[in-house]
Amino acid sequence: MSQAILDLDDVSVSFDGFYALTDLSFSLRPGELRSIIGPNGAGKTTFLDVITGKVRPTKGDVTLRGKSIVGLSEQKISRLGVGRKFQTPRVWENLTVQRNLELTASPNKNPLALLTESLNDTVKDEVFKIMEYVGLAPYAKWQAGSLSHGQKQWLAISMLVAQSPDIILLDEPVAGLTDEETSKTADLIKSLAGEHTVVVIEHDMEFIRDLGAPVTVLHQGQKLTEGTLDEVKADPRVIEVYLGESDDH
Amino acid sequence: MKLFKRLIPWILLAFAFFILPAMADKDLFGFSQFRLNLFGRYFSLAFVALGIDLIWGYTGLLSLGQGIFFSLGGYAIAMHLLLVTKNDFTTGANGLPKFFENYGVDQLPFFWEPFWSFPVSIAAIFIVPSIVAGLVGYLIFRNRIKGVYFSIITQASLMVFYHFFNGQQKLVNGTNGLKTSTTEIFGMQAGSDDAQLLFYRITLILLPFAFLLCKYLTSGRFGDALIGIRDDEPRLRFSGFNPTPFKVIVFVVAGALAGVSGALYTVQSGIVSPQFMSISMSIEMVIWVAVGGRGTLIGPILGAVVVNYLRSLVSEALPEAWLFVQGALFVFVVVLMPDGIYGWFTKGGFRSMLAAFGLAKKTATYPKLDLDESAQSESASA
Repeated sequence: MSQAILDLDDVSVSFDGFYALTDLSFSLRPGELRSIIGPNGAGKTTFLDVITGKVRPTKGDVTLRGKSIVGLSEQKISRLGVGRKFQTPRVWENLTVQRNLELTASPNKNPLALLTESLNDTVKDEVFKIMEYVGLAPYAKWQAGSLSHGQKQWLAISMLVAQSPDIILLDEPVAGLTDEETSKTADLIKSLAGEHTVVVIEHDMEFIRDLGAPVTVLHQGQKLTEGTLDEVKADPRVIEVYLGESDDH
Repeated sequence: MKLFKRLIPWILLAFAFFILPAMADKDLFGFSQFRLNLFGRYFSLAFVALGIDLIWGYTGLLSLGQGIFFSLGGYAIAMHLLLVTKNDFTTGANGLPKFFENYGVDQLPFFWEPFWSFPVSIAAIFIVPSIVAGLVGYLIFRNRIKGVYFSIITQASLMVFYHFFNGQQKLVNGTNGLKTSTTEIFGMQAGSDDAQLLFYRITLILLPFAFLLCKYLTSGRFGDALIGIRDDEPRLRFSGFNPTPFKVIVFVVAGALAGVSGALYTVQSGIVSPQFMSISMSIEMVIWVAVGGRGTLIGPILGAVVVNYLRSLVSEALPEAWLFVQGALFVFVVVLMPDGIYGWFTKGGFRSMLAAFGLAKKTATYPKLDLDESAQSESASA
């Protein structure tokens, strides 16, 4: 087993005494694909907030490639290679699809570089390849705001791919997608793993099954259990807190 | 047709540059030197409007303090003109600008010294506001202050500057301001028709440069990042961008444009006073941008000229009515034309108005598709 790329060590996050995460330890190997499930309020989004620097842990340490990233700004952590897709597809609606992608793909993120340097051809080609792959190429010049919900989700994921972080964190990538789009997204995510380390947070169990990745179950800010989907589904504690109600489909 | 559309602003500019002065010279159609001078002022206000558009229209930060930078530019040129002019109107017995006599000042305040030099003063017109904007902006943006709080802080800063300039008779003649109309520039009296024509032309020559500067800033990925800040700033951070330097740069450029604007306005109105830093003036600047169309570059220029021209016309006819008209105009634009006059025009507003009168084809929810013939024939065959 190679060294962990991302490590959460005994992390707690408290909002005025309410613990969104409690003594959570979590570790990711490079190239791994991991699914995270858990009922509402389990702390899934806070978990991502802690990793990406939006929220500072009250206790514990987060290390990226062995170095602590606690207290770094969001942009610094992003530049260290952590990319995130939000629950809602957050794209810049007043920019075209292509410009959304080109902005996030910019290798040099300082203002003077954006002003004076034109984007090199490798990056431009990469952007086109991504648009081709996800089927957004015909909409390259469309304003992102005029895309459908599913297309926005894909654009949001594409922007992450264009940014090419080592660690890709996906918060509900298939919310609101059709079945066909969902299975296509699963293929896309599986193809990203290996080269990137990918964490997927989802409610959609079919989708989690499609991914076929190890599952971590969060509950009340703590790690309940870890294993394959079938293993965790068989776990009575999991059934009690979560799957008991929603395993009907 | 597309080329023609692109040329319209330049044609209007050439018209303003060549034809209007010629008309004023001959007093054609009642267009007098006085009117020409007013237009010069309107065009000089377009600079500050462009700056507000950058910081507000593109970056989403509503600054209510642009009057600070506007006035700093105005004071810079006025101080220079007062120093170098030696005539009975402006120079006192001790060789200093005359107003100093009233307060018994016989030693020039230290910060006036650099303004003996013409190049330094010209540079100060945009560098001093830039420095102030840079400092204020850095402190505000580094602390992640935005939205309403940004507006309030800029307005509070404006009040600080206003009260400072208003109270310092011994330094800058307090509430009376600095009068430039009796000073001399290039061997002419600044208030004379010849000098005013020169200022008018300088304004029109500089305006395209300001426009192109803004175009340069907004058209590439830098401009996209600004829009990114406006529409979803956290998203930009998570993509690895630090928004602070972007905002500081834009605020500095907006400040510099305001400074140039203030200097051009001062020499054409003949005076700079703390009134330029009144709260209402800075809010009016924002209204010009809103009326013209924020997030476009033609919009603010259009807004500054149209609103101020309207203001002159209304004030001449009904001196008390302007504030009501201005308020109504602002409400009208906010409610019915959120993209301003220019935005309304480019987004097919003119067409839909014609359609309302039955003069053009009506479009439904998707104007792009409704007017696209191939899409129409497709849907007809389906």
